[in-house]
Amino acid sequence: MLKFLTRTRGRSRLDWTDWLSYAYLFVGLFTMFAPIIWLVMSSFKTESAISLFPPTFLPYSQKSVEVQGHDKPLPLYLTKDAQGNVRPMAQVRRIGIMATMVDPASPGEEIRVNINDRKPINEITFALGNYTELFGKFNFERYLWNSVFITVVATLLTLLINSMAAFALSKYQFRGQKAVFMLIIATLMIPPTIILVPVFLVINTVGLLNSLWGVILPAIATPTGVFLLRQYMLTIPDELLEAARMDHASEWRIYWRIILPLAAPALAVLAIFSVMWRWNDFLLPLIVLSKSEYFTLQLALNSFQGELNTQWHYLLAMTVITLIPVTLVFAFLQKYITTGIASAGVK
Amino acid sequence: MATLELRRVDKAFGETRIIHGVDLAVDDGEFVVFVGPSGCGKSTLLRLVAGLETATAGDILIDGERVNEVAASARGCAMVFQSYALYPHMSVFDNMAFGLQNMRVARDVIDAKVKAAATLLRLGELLQRKPTQLSGGQRQRVAIGRAIVREPKLFLFDEPLSNLDAELRVSMRAEIRDLHSRLKATMIYVTHDQVEAMTMADKIVVLREGRIEQVGSPLTLYNTPANTFVAGFIGSPRMNLVPAAAAVAGGARLPVPDAHTIGIRPEHADVAAEGPLRVRITQVEQLGGSSLLHGRTADDLPFEIVLQGQTEVRRGDTVGVALPADRLHSFGHDGRRL
Repeated sequence: MLKFLTRTRGRSRLDWTDWLSYAYLFVGLFTMFAPIIWLVMSSFKTESAISLFPPTFLPYSQKSVEVQGHDKPLPLYLTKDAQGNVRPMAQVRRIGIMATMVDPASPGEEIRVNINDRKPINEITFALGNYTELFGKFNFERYLWNSVFITVVATLLTLLINSMAAFALSKYQFRGQKAVFMLIIATLMIPPTIILVPVFLVINTVGLLNSLWGVILPAIATPTGVFLLRQYMLTIPDELLEAARMDHASEWRIYWRIILPLAAPALAVLAIFSVMWRWNDFLLPLIVLSKSEYFTLQLALNSFQGELNTQWHYLLAMTVITLIPVTLVFAFLQKYITTGIASAGVK
Repeated sequence: MATLELRRVDKAFGETRIIHGVDLAVDDGEFVVFVGPSGCGKSTLLRLVAGLETATAGDILIDGERVNEVAASARGCAMVFQSYALYPHMSVFDNMAFGLQNMRVARDVIDAKVKAAATLLRLGELLQRKPTQLSGGQRQRVAIGRAIVREPKLFLFDEPLSNLDAELRVSMRAEIRDLHSRLKATMIYVTHDQVEAMTMADKIVVLREGRIEQVGSPLTLYNTPANTFVAGFIGSPRMNLVPAAAAVAGGARLPVPDAHTIGIRPEHADVAAEGPLRVRITQVEQLGGSSLLHGRTADDLPFEIVLQGQTEVRRGDTVGVALPADRLHSFGHDGRRL
């Protein structure tokens, strides 16, 4: 891995092309990863740390101490007192530009200082509460379940329906085969927003409004999927199907036992796409699901923002959680994409 | 075990007719080889029997029953493909068991049958491997094993040895012959290699451009080819065909006076100073035990001679060739045997 990452063009020294390509790669890496890392770091910040100016990269929060005689922990400041000595003191209260400070070591004596004479003592703390509290609040489990259900069921159905169509279009000769294929491909030219209203009307008429199936069913047949799988299935030799027919296999068994396993790399690619589409889908759930108990994570994220004040720390944590499944799916299935390409050349 | 009968079978792809009214009868337990140059329709004929193609006209009968409308899976045939067509995602065991699983055979029966076939074909060690981990010869044996576990009525082989190297081809040839005598099954074997046809067949069917040229045992075809095509196709090196007029001019006595073309096999021709044909030698192959002379006649037709032992003839020599009358084949204007 390290050898791969540190590969150079020149034998030992760095060639100028190495400098150029590494510079290019680092710029790319930075522009792509910086926002995500910033998001992840911010999701661990406390509510007050998020609104801090100037913003910090690491999740700092102010240190606080228990002081005798006070119910709550008090925030710590490096304070310069009248004699010019600098020591950590806790703030009891603040009025205008004057703050009342107390030394945690001797809780009895209080001094008043100008707020410009003290600096907050910060430490790195990960506010895990942003995540743990999510589960108690906002019906988070419900949204997560809705999102997972829609994604999983829709992806399975998409794979099934599209592979069946692709099998027929790639392996059977019938009248109008080309026309049907062209028709399916032609629908790629129609943006989903154009058919949004008709889709809504149809969903409404069949009574699937405010039902997860109303989000799942309209989009399980995708032209991209049919095209992708058909092109891959064309590379599966017909002799395998003929051999299976000689082996007493029904057409369904040929599809299930021969075509599907051999099309696995293409199915994996489509599965990745489908999971990403469904998990990130916003528009269709937005028009179909109006009751909050049917909200997906994406809709829930959206609804957080609308209500008077935005609870950024929860919003950011939830955003991170919504990113995780897609990342995982991609990480585990991406090898299928490369093996799919690699094995295509070998008979 | 089964018989096969073809009655006036025609096959056309669109406007192109591939098979022209083929009649053929195959007896129970016979090993029949379809042989012919590429594009002669031999594979198509096999696929018609298998049910992978449908005949445009005519009847195909297996065990006396018309099967034209019967699906490939229900005809009781097993086929070995040129590319083997092993299922790449299944182990050797699953490849062989797939057919039986489709027939809903009990699991322990499948197990026993696959094991038995694996032992027969010496595949016992390889049952858990995937086809990609096998050599060409092993893949070939798995393909045959897949065919035999189902105990089909009819075995169909579509050029099964053409992807193997020469040495393996010879040994697999013997293995398939051996298998045939053990299983006593009816087998139809397609090849373009006449040596394969000669060494394996009980009965050879020579095809050209969708028509049967001759049907017969290997020696029948060798000794009495029905026409110039079969004469030139069967036998290696191929039979020399020269115009009868040229031989007569040299003083040869012909068995049939009005022959148009006469043929003589290279192994029957002999170098003789007074022979009726003059052949200019263009190449000499000394094999030790025998010698092969390549040459050209006065009409610039190719002529080959196989001599026993070693020869003094050199490249560039012109030699006389004796044409013993009892070894000559005579053909008429239309190429048919007289």
